[in-house]
Amino acid sequence: MSAPLLAVRDLATHFFARNAVLKAVDGVSFTLDAGEILGLVGESGSGKSVTGYSLLGLIDPPGRIVAGSVKLQGRELVGLPTAELRALRGRRLAMVFQDPMTTLNPVLTIAAQIRLAIAAHERVSARAGRARAAEVLTRVGIPDAARRLDAYPHQFSGGMRQRVAIAVALLNRPDVIIADEPTTALDVSIQAQILTEMKALVSELGTALIWISHDLAVVSALASRILVMYAGRIVEQGPTASVLRAPRHPYTSGLLDSLPARAEPGAMLRQIPGLPPTLAALPPGCAFQPRCPRADSLCGMAPQVTLTGVRGWRCHHPLDGGPP
Amino acid sequence: MLGFLIQRFLQAIVVLVVIAALVFLGVFAIGNPIDVLISPDATQQIRLDTIARYGLDQPLWQQYLAFLGRLAQGDLGRSFVFNMPVLDLVLSRLPATLELTLAAVAGATLLGVPLGMFAGYRPHSKVAKLLMGLSILGFSVPTFWIGLVLILVFAVSLGWLPAGGRGETVTVLGVEWSFLTLDGLKHLLLPAVNLSLFKLAMMMRLARAGTREIVLTDTVKFARASGQSEWTILRHHVLPLISIPIVTVFGLEFGSTLAFAVVTETIFSWPGLGKLIIESIQSLDRPVMVAYLMLVACLFIVINFLIDLAYAALDPRIRARR
Ligand SMILES: Nc1ncnc2c1ncn2[C@@H]1O[C@H](COP(=O)(O)OP(=O)(O)O)[C@@H](O)[C@H]1O
Ligand SMILES: [Mg+2]
Repeated sequence: MSAPLLAVRDLATHFFARNAVLKAVDGVSFTLDAGEILGLVGESGSGKSVTGYSLLGLIDPPGRIVAGSVKLQGRELVGLPTAELRALRGRRLAMVFQDPMTTLNPVLTIAAQIRLAIAAHERVSARAGRARAAEVLTRVGIPDAARRLDAYPHQFSGGMRQRVAIAVALLNRPDVIIADEPTTALDVSIQAQILTEMKALVSELGTALIWISHDLAVVSALASRILVMYAGRIVEQGPTASVLRAPRHPYTSGLLDSLPARAEPGAMLRQIPGLPPTLAALPPGCAFQPRCPRADSLCGMAPQVTLTGVRGWRCHHPLDGGPP
Repeated sequence: MLGFLIQRFLQAIVVLVVIAALVFLGVFAIGNPIDVLISPDATQQIRLDTIARYGLDQPLWQQYLAFLGRLAQGDLGRSFVFNMPVLDLVLSRLPATLELTLAAVAGATLLGVPLGMFAGYRPHSKVAKLLMGLSILGFSVPTFWIGLVLILVFAVSLGWLPAGGRGETVTVLGVEWSFLTLDGLKHLLLPAVNLSLFKLAMMMRLARAGTREIVLTDTVKFARASGQSEWTILRHHVLPLISIPIVTVFGLEFGSTLAFAVVTETIFSWPGLGKLIIESIQSLDRPVMVAYLMLVACLFIVINFLIDLAYAALDPRIRARR
């Protein structure tokens, strides 16, 4: 097996609040192969975005990566000088954010914003910059792109703005794009379009994709492998089909049960009981324990990761694997 | 756009009529102008004649209409003290104040915005804390005191700069300007610094607050994610985004300083509007006060209009709404 494109080990990103340390990411490990689509799911607040930002070194104070390693083709990114990290951002690693209404600069034209992103890595003339902007916008499905270069973000719909953001991410054909819930803020129909297009684009360019979502249905439609995150930790991972067929962690199973597609028509959706955890007041041991139907006294101790082949989970009382 | 202009023009007229009423009530109707116009030992006949000549025996509303009528024709009367048309008098003092104010406000902005942006970008650095401490000083130490200290240090003790006056001037477009000669610039420096300290503090705080807020937004994070340098982000993303409140304050400060640079102009004997209005209040030179107040109203109307135009230039979303 060749070395993975991206190898994350024991990554921990903490926020130092006034009187508490919030462990938003608390020992996350995973790998990503070139061209692979990896899904990262979990309820909101589970640390998905912070994981994504950490990979690019985009954590603002009071947050900090306190431990762990992120290796891109063997090169350590944690602790890299800012200038070297900056040279990688947008060129090797890119990111698309959740809310297209807030990511683009409202007072700059689309062309100006794309030009700034190009100029971050190479010198371009204004004309070449425009041509490149038009090309990349066309690629992400913006009709009549050349004529809309001088438009401002507010003249675009949410879906179109997110396409512009995707175009910026694709600009330099990076090795990895981290897509942080890029369709969550959009209409369902546009969400489906962008999902399909994005899948086609990354497979065409050979770009690996980390698709973050709170929606297991979206992730399972896209990713070949998924990571399930809970309270800053990966609680289960494995190939999508396998995890969906036989979840081992009770949390994953709860997420699956709450999917509308799995419910009887007309029946109430099954919810995971209890509230998502607050980082400031996590129970000792397994963070899911207060909501877990299988919890017992053993769960007061943090479960280690159990690995079997491609599957892995963090639970003292995993569900049955069933036939492999 | 044309509709917008017409609308603003009509608004301006309404504002001016209201201001004129207030000025009229404040300056003409309160107290008795007759006592200023004639000597105390004048005969009763002279007194009555003067009252009739100035229409002071008419009902108040008629006097107001007559006042408005004269205003509309640009006739603001003659100064009792200088014995010249007040409009000419006030306009002759305007350039001195204009250049002083512009130097002070522009200097405060050009220096305060970068310093404030730095303080907002590195809020926990020593430099940022020092700057914020100094800005509190700039807010709280009275202008007249700083003016006196400046004169004592730079004019009296060190003898580097003159203590007052406009110095040598050059006439351009029929108006005298100090900033075009070296001597004039030397005279301009101390009063401009004196006037600008408060504004410098304000610009710094404004730029700092805006920068602190904007560097935490997704817009900046997204720019960083595409590999843009911190310098590019400050220059091309943050600065345009914080410029709207800065332009607003620039305009309002410019207007209010133009109108009320009284203290500094008095201390530095700068022959501008502020000095004129203080003198005319002391000598009860009512036509000068009226002309001055009307001019100030007009200035604010023009400045507000320019601020609105600047908004539209800076923010495409505002442009779209017109
Ligand atoms: N800037 C911040 N300051 C303090 N805490 C933060 C900050 N950003 C994130 N966190 C903490 O990290 C947790 C995970 O956040 P996030 O990664 O955004 O969750 P999500 O899985 O919804 O993307 C949040 O619940 C919050 O407690
Ligand atoms: Mg998130």
